[in-house]
Amino acid sequence: MNIKFWLNGIQRQEEIDPGMLLIDFLREKGCYSVKRGCETANCGLCTVLMDEKPILSCSMLAARIDGKKIVTLEGLQKEAEEFGDFLANEGAEQCGFCNPGFIMNVIAMLRELEEPDEEQIKEYLAGNLCRCSGFVSQTASILKYLNYKKTQEES
Amino acid sequence: MKYVNQPVQKTDAMALVTGKPVYTDDLAPKDSLIVKVLRSPHANAWVDTIKTENAMKVPGIVCVLTYEDVPQKRFTLAGQTAPEMSPDDRLILDRHVRFVGDAVAIVAGETEVAVDLALKRIRVKYQVETPVFDIHTAKDNPILVHPEEDWKLKIPLGGDNKRNLCASAVEEHGDVEKVLSECKYTVEHTYHTRANQQTMMETFRTACYLDHTGRLIVLSSTQIPFHVRRIVGRALDIPASKVRVIKPRIGGGFGAKQTSISEIYPAIVTWKTGRPSKMIYSRYESMICSTPRHEMEITVRAGADENGIIRALDVYTLSNTGAYGEHSSTTVGLSGHKSIGLYRHTEAHRFAFDVVYTNVQSAGAYRGYGATQGIFAVESAVNELAHKMGMDPVKIKELNMPIEGGPLPGYPDVPYAQSCAMDRCMAKAKEMMNWDSKYPFRDMGNGKVRGVGVAMAMQGSSIAGVDVGGADIKLNEDGSYTLALGCTDMGTGCDTVLAQMAADCLETPMENIVVFSVDTDISPYDSGSYASATTYTTGMAVVKACNELRRKICEFGADMLETDPKSVDFDGNYVFCSEDEGKKVSLEEIGIKSTFFNNRELQVVKQHSSPLSPPPFMVGMAEVEVDKETGSVDVLDYVAVVDCGTPINPNLARVQTEGGIAQGIGMALFEDVQYTDKGKIRNNSFMQYKIPTRQDIGNIRVDFESSYEESGPFGAKSIGELVIDTPCPAIAEAIYNATGVRVRELPITPEKIAMGILKKNLEK
Amino acid sequence: MLKIKSYVKVNSIAEAYELNQKKTACVLGGMVWLKMGNRNISTAIDLSGLGLEGIQETDDEFVIGCMTSLRALETDKRLNEYTQGAIRESVRHIVGVQFRNCATVGGSIWGRYGFSDVLTMFLGMDTWVELYNAGKIPLTEFVNRKKDNDILVNIIVRKQPLRVCYMSQRNTKTDFPVLTLCASLIGNEARTVIGARSARAVIAEDPEHILENFAEKSEEEQKEAIRKFAGYAAEHVSTSGNMRGSKEYRTLLVEVLTRRAWETVGGMKDEY
Repeated sequence: MNIKFWLNGIQRQEEIDPGMLLIDFLREKGCYSVKRGCETANCGLCTVLMDEKPILSCSMLAARIDGKKIVTLEGLQKEAEEFGDFLANEGAEQCGFCNPGFIMNVIAMLRELEEPDEEQIKEYLAGNLCRCSGFVSQTASILKYLNYKKTQEES
Repeated sequence: MKYVNQPVQKTDAMALVTGKPVYTDDLAPKDSLIVKVLRSPHANAWVDTIKTENAMKVPGIVCVLTYEDVPQKRFTLAGQTAPEMSPDDRLILDRHVRFVGDAVAIVAGETEVAVDLALKRIRVKYQVETPVFDIHTAKDNPILVHPEEDWKLKIPLGGDNKRNLCASAVEEHGDVEKVLSECKYTVEHTYHTRANQQTMMETFRTACYLDHTGRLIVLSSTQIPFHVRRIVGRALDIPASKVRVIKPRIGGGFGAKQTSISEIYPAIVTWKTGRPSKMIYSRYESMICSTPRHEMEITVRAGADENGIIRALDVYTLSNTGAYGEHSSTTVGLSGHKSIGLYRHTEAHRFAFDVVYTNVQSAGAYRGYGATQGIFAVESAVNELAHKMGMDPVKIKELNMPIEGGPLPGYPDVPYAQSCAMDRCMAKAKEMMNWDSKYPFRDMGNGKVRGVGVAMAMQGSSIAGVDVGGADIKLNEDGSYTLALGCTDMGTGCDTVLAQMAADCLETPMENIVVFSVDTDISPYDSGSYASATTYTTGMAVVKACNELRRKICEFGADMLETDPKSVDFDGNYVFCSEDEGKKVSLEEIGIKSTFFNNRELQVVKQHSSPLSPPPFMVGMAEVEVDKETGSVDVLDYVAVVDCGTPINPNLARVQTEGGIAQGIGMALFEDVQYTDKGKIRNNSFMQYKIPTRQDIGNIRVDFESSYEESGPFGAKSIGELVIDTPCPAIAEAIYNATGVRVRELPITPEKIAMGILKKNLEK
Repeated sequence: MLKIKSYVKVNSIAEAYELNQKKTACVLGGMVWLKMGNRNISTAIDLSGLGLEGIQETDDEFVIGCMTSLRALETDKRLNEYTQGAIRESVRHIVGVQFRNCATVGGSIWGRYGFSDVLTMFLGMDTWVELYNAGKIPLTEFVNRKKDNDILVNIIVRKQPLRVCYMSQRNTKTDFPVLTLCASLIGNEARTVIGARSARAVIAEDPEHILENFAEKSEEEQKEAIRKFAGYAAEHVSTSGNMRGSKEYRTLLVEVLTRRAWETVGGMKDEY
């Protein structure tokens, strides 16, 4: 079947198998940032934005993106670098395998919530697993990034 | 600028945070055949007949392999240095399948759809036999997990396949019975730790292809490239020289990838078909046929005199290796060696163990490697002993803990504690936790009660007299350096940590050092990243290599300056005459000069192996809040004070600690590999096997109290494994202090606590 | 692996209903469960595009389209105001935001899963389901219906005066619940729904009328009624064990959570 959609800002048209999952489709299209950590919708590694909302690309049929806007980390390189610098300054990126899905959801969170506190951050990102970091340094990096953005806006 | 002891960013950070394709599956050849394995539905069975014709007929299927197609020499998948301690008890495919999930056939095809279909079309007739599951009856059970005649143990350690014994031994120092009988206070309890999954986010995965000379290239997510080369060679019965292993970035390991889980399957497919192939383990496969932490049941007897001096410790460990013996005879050792050593006054101690085969998934290496289990048991027992004496557990530890220059009973790998700041760790942890005002508990008046708990831990730094670190440093034409390593950065940041050391040794900016790792054709030999070895062992190799290269650079520069090497110095940028600093030659000039009419290599390869394994030490303190009715536990605060010697990168050392503690919290409170009565794993996914999310971890606060380890690079010891050892005993103790309920079998679920409280109330 | 032969984004519910009469056809919800199975689906029927992803409020009811995501329930101000935040509490522990952006309320209700937080919550209100063929029926009736080839179109919550409290017990913060509980005063009716027992949610009957006229009781009477009913529920609501908890523990939780939820409904406690 044929689908028309936007991938990282570029309109595309592709022929797909109706059963294809979005995660496999995106990797096939070269979006290697999209990772699979489980098959049960529990790890958050495959998070992408669909019409601005963070979703699990492992649980989305590629067929369903027809007419929609999909954004992966490949389309958010500047934001990834900017926030990623804070993450790496805490040593929190570690093995990096969960980073793309995590950063996608951090970006989604910062667009959706105004000045989230620590509890809100933890709740919003609870679906992003990480086995290396123990999460503490990730949270610290987000709080520092928020603070940086705030002072940036103020000045 | 100095880099050591600075929190510098990891050298691969920007590639990782921007999602660059740097992992095995991102780099696998795009035309790779998909490899999957048909797995046994039975815990103990023999393949009677296996029909593959219909599977082969599926369009796109390239090969289907059964036990008839594989070499018949047994080997082990454990990544260990020669002489390998693990028994040779595996074949790539065996007629005898020994757990639910054991490999029965290998299928390779052009697409996943074809492979899935072919797997369904393989017809297997099994001769099903009764399995052995119970660890208590496994030893000398008439049902044998490994009845075969060619089972082989290279290093005898009491193992006997005809007894379902993988290893068995007794070590005794002094007369334990006598000393215990003299003790005023004694305790004896049995503690049970369960199998846990490492659950690194990137599952096991390997891609293989042949090069222009017909050699097998193995691109793999592994902690042990050099061992994989040997293991694949042995499994395929080909010379290891025919195998080249490349390690890209790895999505976590935690010991899981110290066993060659996925490599042999695509390796045999590519070797037989000549086609590139890859095997990407599903999470399901990672849960049912990998090598989780050994389940152990540990009985501890401890005795103290009236002053709280612990005089005797007796530890017996019954360890479950499951269907195969990877890492089993070695992990069990740590359950005694790393726990008894925490009590310096013991006059007598005994450590005995049995490691049994059963028909469940094989166990293996997981961060802590037996020490985690042993320390849970011994620290819990000592805490119980303290309560029996009416003594604060912190006090009993202060009286008995390791001190610098003091003995480490039962720990064979250093003559005494050469570097130890356990006393400072305890003092700092007490202060950070505000222990004296919080111990033992505080009733919050709303049905909730808060308790605090404490535990100490030690681990090793490398395997003494065994592990080898390698470093190869060379000066390039442009004055930059290339540091080739054989150890495996799995996200921990060792590539960065080692570059920090090299930069300081060579007085050069880190940007001037290119780090290369790992390719077994190019990298210097290194036993790999495990056993808390890399910073300590490979770090020393880096220091040795860099210092030697400095000497060579000086000689080279002196030659260019036409002076005696003894009269020059090197500041990182220039070789100059000590007497006349104006007389100098730049590193770049030296680099260029080394590329023409030159007979002296500006390259040094060094290896390092330590006869010692100096332990890092730490104190962990947990504050938990328990709901007295539902048994729910929140770990509100976890304080960790670590003596890892000099932290080379304080950020990375801190995150190691936080990550290890989070894993330990999972192990303490809910992680538990559970089986049905048929031997099938019940929690075979992230839906059913829960690891901590960020909402399950309270605050974790880490600090360092560093000793200086003379035998380590820049005074460093290890940190990677130590940090998982305190949560289980500290949290168990905190829950006890909060509720009076002592749970000796992990995980400490809300149900166990609630039912324990109920029982206590009924007894009242 | 899930296999789908054809995918149809339908133009009407009628079309969906027709396609769904084939046994191998399947209506797609959020797919978070569906994709885990090994099903061979001849026609995957997608209802997105019919305007069924949204919450409409009228004077008398909330009409929640079957394709509304759990996240939309969680963040809907009106629904949460009506339920004193119970809706949010009932879904916020389900895996994560991305998961809840995918999972649909229609999928949750249609599945009638034992572990369902959503089903427990909606059973605690005057909820009706609108089926294409069978029409509007109370959720209490729908729960016990056999799965058929009908199409769930809307979930309707009738805006009776409501005091409600939702609670769940979990071994980890985002795991499946060990027990779910919703206590509510729907008008004058006191209702206690208990789910994840581990079987599907049921209404804990009150044949002894312990909680009758709850709102009219004095605080002391309420406390006594709650204590008595919690004990009664623990005795009569059947529970069973699974990997997450034993029968005995669940029964203990029935008593504790029933008491706590009713204390909250009664205004004696703000939170636990």
